[in-house]
Amino acid sequence: MSTKRFSTTLSNYKSLEFILGVLLTGGICFLVLFSDLLFPDADKINLSARLLEPFTHAEHFFGTDPLGRDIMSRVVAGGKVSLQVGFLSVAGAVVLGVIMGLISGYYRGFWDVIVMRFADVQLAMPFILLAITFIAIVGGGLGNMIFLLIISQWVQYARLVRGSVLSLRDREFIQSAEAIGVSHFNILFRHLLPNLIGPVIVLTTLNVANNILLESSLTFLGLGVDPLTPSWGGMLADGRTYIQNAWWVSVFPGLATLLTVLGLNLLGDWLRDSLDPTGKTSR
Amino acid sequence: MTDTSFSPILTVENLSVEFGHTRVIDGLNFSVMAGRTLAIVGESGSGKSVTSQSIMRLAESTGASYPSGRILFSTENGEIDLLSQSQEEMRSIRGKDIAMIFQEPMTSLNPVFTVGDQISESLSLHKKLSKTEALKESVKLLKMVRLPDAEDMLKRYPHQLSGGMRQRVMIAMALACRPKVLIADEPTTALDVTIQAQILTILNDLQKELNMAVIFITHDMGVVAEIADDVVVMWKGKKVEQGPVKELFANPQHPYTKALLAAVPKLGSMTGERFPKRFPITVMDGDGIRLVGEEKTQETARYDKQPLLSVRNLVTRFDSKKRFFGRVTHRVHAVEEVSFDIFHGETLALVGESGSGKSTIGRTIQQLQQATSGDISFEGNPFSAMSKAEKQRLRQEIQYIFQDPLASLDPRKTIGFSIAEPIKTHNLIRGEQKIQQRVHELLERVGLTKEHAERYPHQFSGGQRQRICIARALASNPKLIIADEALSALDVSIQAQIINLFMELQEEHGIAYLFISHDMAVVEKMSHRVAVLYLGQVAELGSRQQVLETPTHPYTQRLLSAVPVADPTIVRSSGRLSGEIPSPVRQVGNEPTIVPHREIAPGHFVAGTL
Repeated sequence: MSTKRFSTTLSNYKSLEFILGVLLTGGICFLVLFSDLLFPDADKINLSARLLEPFTHAEHFFGTDPLGRDIMSRVVAGGKVSLQVGFLSVAGAVVLGVIMGLISGYYRGFWDVIVMRFADVQLAMPFILLAITFIAIVGGGLGNMIFLLIISQWVQYARLVRGSVLSLRDREFIQSAEAIGVSHFNILFRHLLPNLIGPVIVLTTLNVANNILLESSLTFLGLGVDPLTPSWGGMLADGRTYIQNAWWVSVFPGLATLLTVLGLNLLGDWLRDSLDPTGKTSR
Repeated sequence: MTDTSFSPILTVENLSVEFGHTRVIDGLNFSVMAGRTLAIVGESGSGKSVTSQSIMRLAESTGASYPSGRILFSTENGEIDLLSQSQEEMRSIRGKDIAMIFQEPMTSLNPVFTVGDQISESLSLHKKLSKTEALKESVKLLKMVRLPDAEDMLKRYPHQLSGGMRQRVMIAMALACRPKVLIADEPTTALDVTIQAQILTILNDLQKELNMAVIFITHDMGVVAEIADDVVVMWKGKKVEQGPVKELFANPQHPYTKALLAAVPKLGSMTGERFPKRFPITVMDGDGIRLVGEEKTQETARYDKQPLLSVRNLVTRFDSKKRFFGRVTHRVHAVEEVSFDIFHGETLALVGESGSGKSTIGRTIQQLQQATSGDISFEGNPFSAMSKAEKQRLRQEIQYIFQDPLASLDPRKTIGFSIAEPIKTHNLIRGEQKIQQRVHELLERVGLTKEHAERYPHQFSGGQRQRICIARALASNPKLIIADEALSALDVSIQAQIINLFMELQEEHGIAYLFISHDMAVVEKMSHRVAVLYLGQVAELGSRQQVLETPTHPYTQRLLSAVPVADPTIVRSSGRLSGEIPSPVRQVGNEPTIVPHREIAPGHFVAGTL
């Protein structure tokens, strides 16, 4: 039975969305993974070559920054921090939020009250206040930053999922699964989850970009990584002061973020469409 | 009847409608005259609704185009072709000269405006009346559709009205400007039979009063027989037959019309039969018709054994309104002290209108709903004494089929997965290979092929989907199947086939059915015994013959008299039905009285003490 389904999935591979998405995301991930080998000199300061314009020097194709560091190397090296923050924080928040949302929407009653009151408290707390409190208590570091992002963002997914579960729960196909005696676990993960994953994927792809940018403000607060370690958000923030006479300092890390998010969006759209056999959402 | 020598007020000439490259209506011709009702009948997908939307020119917003044809409408200034009017010009015609009522009265009324606002809107728009004049006129209109307390009704919101009242408000709105043509698109399909009968009488009377032309779109031949003067039968986007209603019913020409009329279940057609019976069905075969199936009496019920399922004094209530601090002030008394038995191989029909508690009984038996008190026992074992494992086992032995087959199948799973699910859940067969084999067998048993297993629910037609749901219910070898309005969403020709399938399966496997339905004609065909429910209590219970041939409880009589009969020569007795279906919601402390039953014949119980 799975051979036929596999072949329909295969035909979906040929869609343009999928090819572009894989090329973009895969290419960026490849560069970032092997950045140490490809660009070993990311941190090398050369004050004699400050703010070189891009596309004029073969060895500094994207130009250099105010300390004479090669921007291309730094963009690629910066991806390490940015992608880790972007992917891990979102993945953590999705897993936590979706499970919480499923539980509170499906069981309602007691668990719903507990989870949703937690969520309300979470939403009432301004992010920056939460971040500062967090640093004061546990200190900075990449891991802590990802943890902070997870605990501040799972609520979005939990609310979204809970809403969908509440409307799906009373639909007849869920009731008929219950009537047959299907276990709660299977109803939650085999019937409910595939039917509500569409909007979650959309939110996920948006939040990856959001978190890559948030990382720079958190770094500014001292929560993130060592400020000398390159990251896209950090480079964007540093480049702001030079935007009038050296646009390239901030444009290239910005482009890197943009392309990553574009690739993820394409992949997300493809995933959403290929998960929906009715093809209603595809254009 | 009005003079038929009038020239037609609306003529559809050679109309074709396309959506993209799909032609949904092909060369349609018909005309309506003032004071007459033209019924357009056909099954789902025959193009009848697209026809009405094309007359209103509402179909374009969903992407329709008109490659050929004219729709001529006669006005004071001669005939105009509606298809060549701009949308701007149509806006002054819609609602004023041609009005429309829809199937769903809830969704066609705006929930945030009062009834008065909505009726007077059309009056001030087309007739340029002032607010006070418009409200005065609205009261007149509401009285015309026989709504009680018309003044009070103006201030109410749609959610405060029942379905029948909403539909009457819709009619009042449609008639606000005294239109020349009224298009009614399945206006009574969503209503209970007694309410349907009321609405049909009102429409009939008003038509004579206002000398309107009515185009009545329906799939229900009983309603056609009752209300129509002329009939257009549509099939696959084409008109296959047209004629005066009596001639068409007496002497159908086209094979499709013959098949359609043969499939319509007629109440009273089985008078004198002791058991339900399977009949051969007339089906279309190319351009002709042929009979499929055999005539066979359904002698499957095993009254000699102990009952399969016994329901004793079942009460199911749920809280409906709560005060701020969570104290319950109102409860829905869905089921009150209901008792009955179902025997092996027997079909027990639960009939009643909305709010009668028939679905709640089914859901309580299936453990989708908790009973408030009373007990249900399965093969002598009371639910209350069952362990968790035994209760889980019941979910294998009792299966539930829902009304809407599309909604009851997971849209993201192949139907092979859905049918295999009960087998896997209860570990009935081990090994993927063997499960697949069983799924294929089941599909073939219900008239599909094994290739269908890889497809998704949306790729099937309504009838096929209900077959899939039946296959799924059969997968766990149940002893009892609860069919909750399982036939109501299907076209009549499909319905007849599914009825026969149900009966064949009963004969093969000795399955008992709890058949929940509001359709008396289908109940007559299928069931061994019938229980009539009214406000959560059993009004009458007995064998099919006892309940349908000698109905004793006034509610049963009322229900039976409201069923439209697909025979235009029968004129419904003039005793007009009125009144709303009472609500089962009661204040806490205001308990309903439990009416005792008396046995008037062996096995025939009627509520009431007389």
